[in-house]
Amino acid sequence: MNNLVEGATGPWEVVIGLEVHAQVSSRSKLFSGAATAFGAEPNSQVSLVDAGMPGMLPVINEVAVEQAVRSGLGLNARINTYSIFDRKNYFYADLPQGYQISQYLQPIVGEGVVTVDLDDGSSRDIGIERLHLEQDAGKSIHDRHPAKTYVDLNRSGVALMEIVSKPDMRSAEEAGAYVRKVRAILRYLGTCDGNMEEGSMRADVNVSVRRPGEALGIRAEIKNVNSVRFMQQAIAYETNRQIDVLEAGGSIDQETRLFDAQSGTTRPMRSKEEAHDYRYFPDPDLLPLEFSDEFIERIRVSLPELPDAKKQRYMDDLGLSAHDAKILVSEREIAAFFEQVVLGRDPKVTANWVQGEFFAQLSKAERDIADSPISADQLGGLIDLITDQTISGKIAKDVLEFMFESGRDAAVIVAEKGLNQVSDSSAIEAEIDKVIAANTDKVAEFQGGKEKMIGWFVGQVMQATKGKANPQMVNQLLLEKLKA
Amino acid sequence: MAELTELGIAEARNLLAKGSFSSRELTESHIAAVAEASALNAMVTETPEIALAMAEASDERRRKGEAGALEGIPLAIKDLFCTKGVLTTAGSHILDGFTPPYESTVTANLWREGGVMLGKTNMDEFAMGSSNETSYHGAVQNPWRRRGDNRALVPGGSSGGSATAVSGRFAMGATATDTGGSIRQPASFTGTVGCKPTYGRCSRWGVVAFASSLDQAGPITRSVRDNAIMLGAMAGYDPKDSTSARVALPDFEAALTGDVRGLRIGVPKEYVLDGMPGEIEALWQLGIGWLREAGAEIIDISLPHTKYALPAYYIVAPAEASSNLARYDGVRFGLRVPGEDLTEMYENTRAAGFGPEVRRRVLIGTYVLSAGYYDAYYLKAQKVRRLIAQDFRDVYGTVDAILTPSAPSAAFAFGDKADDPIAMYLNDVFTVPANLAGLPGISIPAGLSDDGLPLGLQVLAPAFDEETMFRVAGVLEEAAAFAETPEEWWRSS
Amino acid sequence: MSVDKATVARIAHLARIGVGEEELEPLAAELSGILQWIEQLNEVDTDAVPPMASVHDEGLRWRGDVVNDGDKQADIVANAPDAANGFFAVPKVIE
Ligand SMILES: [Mg+2]
Ligand SMILES: [Zn+2]
Repeated sequence: MNNLVEGATGPWEVVIGLEVHAQVSSRSKLFSGAATAFGAEPNSQVSLVDAGMPGMLPVINEVAVEQAVRSGLGLNARINTYSIFDRKNYFYADLPQGYQISQYLQPIVGEGVVTVDLDDGSSRDIGIERLHLEQDAGKSIHDRHPAKTYVDLNRSGVALMEIVSKPDMRSAEEAGAYVRKVRAILRYLGTCDGNMEEGSMRADVNVSVRRPGEALGIRAEIKNVNSVRFMQQAIAYETNRQIDVLEAGGSIDQETRLFDAQSGTTRPMRSKEEAHDYRYFPDPDLLPLEFSDEFIERIRVSLPELPDAKKQRYMDDLGLSAHDAKILVSEREIAAFFEQVVLGRDPKVTANWVQGEFFAQLSKAERDIADSPISADQLGGLIDLITDQTISGKIAKDVLEFMFESGRDAAVIVAEKGLNQVSDSSAIEAEIDKVIAANTDKVAEFQGGKEKMIGWFVGQVMQATKGKANPQMVNQLLLEKLKA
Repeated sequence: MAELTELGIAEARNLLAKGSFSSRELTESHIAAVAEASALNAMVTETPEIALAMAEASDERRRKGEAGALEGIPLAIKDLFCTKGVLTTAGSHILDGFTPPYESTVTANLWREGGVMLGKTNMDEFAMGSSNETSYHGAVQNPWRRRGDNRALVPGGSSGGSATAVSGRFAMGATATDTGGSIRQPASFTGTVGCKPTYGRCSRWGVVAFASSLDQAGPITRSVRDNAIMLGAMAGYDPKDSTSARVALPDFEAALTGDVRGLRIGVPKEYVLDGMPGEIEALWQLGIGWLREAGAEIIDISLPHTKYALPAYYIVAPAEASSNLARYDGVRFGLRVPGEDLTEMYENTRAAGFGPEVRRRVLIGTYVLSAGYYDAYYLKAQKVRRLIAQDFRDVYGTVDAILTPSAPSAAFAFGDKADDPIAMYLNDVFTVPANLAGLPGISIPAGLSDDGLPLGLQVLAPAFDEETMFRVAGVLEEAAAFAETPEEWWRSS
Repeated sequence: MSVDKATVARIAHLARIGVGEEELEPLAAELSGILQWIEQLNEVDTDAVPPMASVHDEGLRWRGDVVNDGDKQADIVANAPDAANGFFAVPKVIE
């Protein structure tokens, strides 16, 4: 796939690396017993540890360790049984200790790989450099007072996994696919809820451009981008900006930039530190983090089937297309829903209904699959009515809409509304005869060789029977009579 | 009731148990002594109301037969320990007005065992100093003076206020902390007993941090027995401190058997320093003789990396401190000096809030961790630290404890070393190695200098073997029979 | 290593300690003296020595994932030089 960007002076290649910050799913914080829930009163989910009070000390949350290992396994990465927590020292209003506890030289998870599926059906492997555990900072609120910034430490100390990719991506599409894939994997694993609006997942995007085949260019880091769409906008803007600068004979500054969602542009951070010098050193309040291979194995055997394996199984065992399989495994909840519907039913029909009409109704209802108005069993019931020819596929679409409105079962709706398919050949024949009698010109056209007209006749009969006629029978009887 | 302040913890405990007097009486006499000692400037905050309330509650518990190990004993608390609802400053301007809504584990343990809080003791700012001259609250005066010389002397540091309160008989015991010698050196300078237990023995939770990998809390008392009693009450595993050791807490007092027969005592040749006063060397020889007479075997040992302990310490401790002290930024507590913007506010606050020694160490610590210097300084020091710890490990195969002087001199006068940081740092030359290696050490008063000042001997022991440390210290204490006390000149002033 | 005024200014800024121009020179001399004294460590051969991160041989102990802290906004902001509506307040930061 050619991802080169044509500049005024020739083609450029964009190189993208991502640092995804994913909030660990845990009840309490990485180093304190305060809650991690979203949206509480300011400074109400803060322990003395999270507020950096004098003499307060960190104690690590075992679930954060497990989740990091779990995530590492899901990213096909090496797990380090010995890792070190370091302090990253810098001053900021929402960094109460004056340092962030993070992992620097010896992270808990090393190199791994994520396979991303692209729109053209191809897939690519993106390297993972590392995954480490670290504390989140608090939140600075700049718009509540004209002269002051307010600081809320509720997020201070929440456990994050920083997942650092290799600079392996070459387009905004690949970067988007990568983030979606990482998000899906973490959600499958239950290690991060992936909620980008609430900040459970956000990415720092490193972008540089170079002439094809040349060494890496100087990169700009775009901080804290919190949606895939924004990320792709930021990459597009940044790519063009850098190419413009370079083509005008300028040079790129290695700097931290902010993405402005309103304008879709990036700009340098005004409060950027001169040169970062984080003075990392091992946190003397914490000992090395050590665990056994058995600990890793216990987690490994508890891993769910992950999207890639699931997709392969849907293709191999259920005979689904790569396209359908990719959509159905894109979220753990979708796959689980599909797997429940498909039990004892035709995989292809089920796949079509789940990712077709069912998704359409969901998005019309502005619902997630998690709070779908109808259950997997209910959708299965509808598909059964189609399979046993109680209703036609067309009627089924209407029935599904009623189901979404009322939450009731398909069979009840069909019975109540009298939507049973008409499979009585004499009734259908009567309607066919009427249509033929009223359209002798069309009959002549058909018999003159325009066989495609059959569709029009079917439509007329279906309309006359309010869609209840069995379409196969209509088709068959029509052909018999027209060709007679 | 002035004589009540002469009692040690063990005697007072026994007399309280017999009902000879109440904790309230004992506490009142100490409150009065504290008030009379203001000239020494040993206390930052006096808490007489709290003391009386605690004493009364203690007497009530005793009536119910619920006496703890320190039931009713009046204690002073170094201002580095956070005390709930009571000003805690760490001797610094930057903690102006800081009243913690929490109680350190060590002090909570003491109150659980019945201790009574007289107040908070003065100290070198953030425990950085060996003379108490760096306190924002002004220097503490040593109760001791040279014979025939009225000049004020330093009490040592950083726990100079605690050592002074115990030496001056206005607290029966005091908490202290030791990062490079801050318990043992002031104990040596004031004729008191000061013990730094094994790293991890006492919880650091709620103790304002100086250098996390080195800081340890311990007691200062007037006898080895009192010290063992008080350490037993302070110490113990704390799940809130990840570096707290999950080891059994022995009965330290029971370790005072008075018997060192067959114990092997190491005497490290590297602790003989060029230019060390002859009286220090002489006292050390005296101590060696006492132990030999008591039946211990004296063994010459070598701790070859001793010389490098102090420079390694002056990398590791400032590095950790530079990070530990970053939280003093004027945002959540303490002093704030406004500025045009956040950065200026930080710089103004920290310039005004930190004294020269703290500033010096934060700058050194920042430098040795900064880009390009980490390997040459911090990493190098941590490697040397391993060699120092290994030296001890090697000799503890052949000896059970080590005997050294506590400090290279007796107490000195104010200003003597204030202008020369390195000369000041050398005060800790005998104490720092135990901090780097995490080992327990105790200083006991063993004699007087030629001009009448107390001098201490130090006993070091293997990790988590405070029992041997106390056993040896008890025998030395008995042999030394150190009974001198400072003249109470401050009471008349 | 001896440090110059510019280095002291850089370090002081990293540490967010305001240092007046007139203090730079004496501080540079003082810090240089300490650093030179420290550098006697270079006499020690440490090539094969791993750094000592902790005096303990133990690994880190873990706590259970239990919410047992927080819900103390008043305590958290009680000592703040400037607080409003449960927030800490600082001079306006422009990002
Ligand atoms: Mg990063
Ligand atoms: Zn990060």
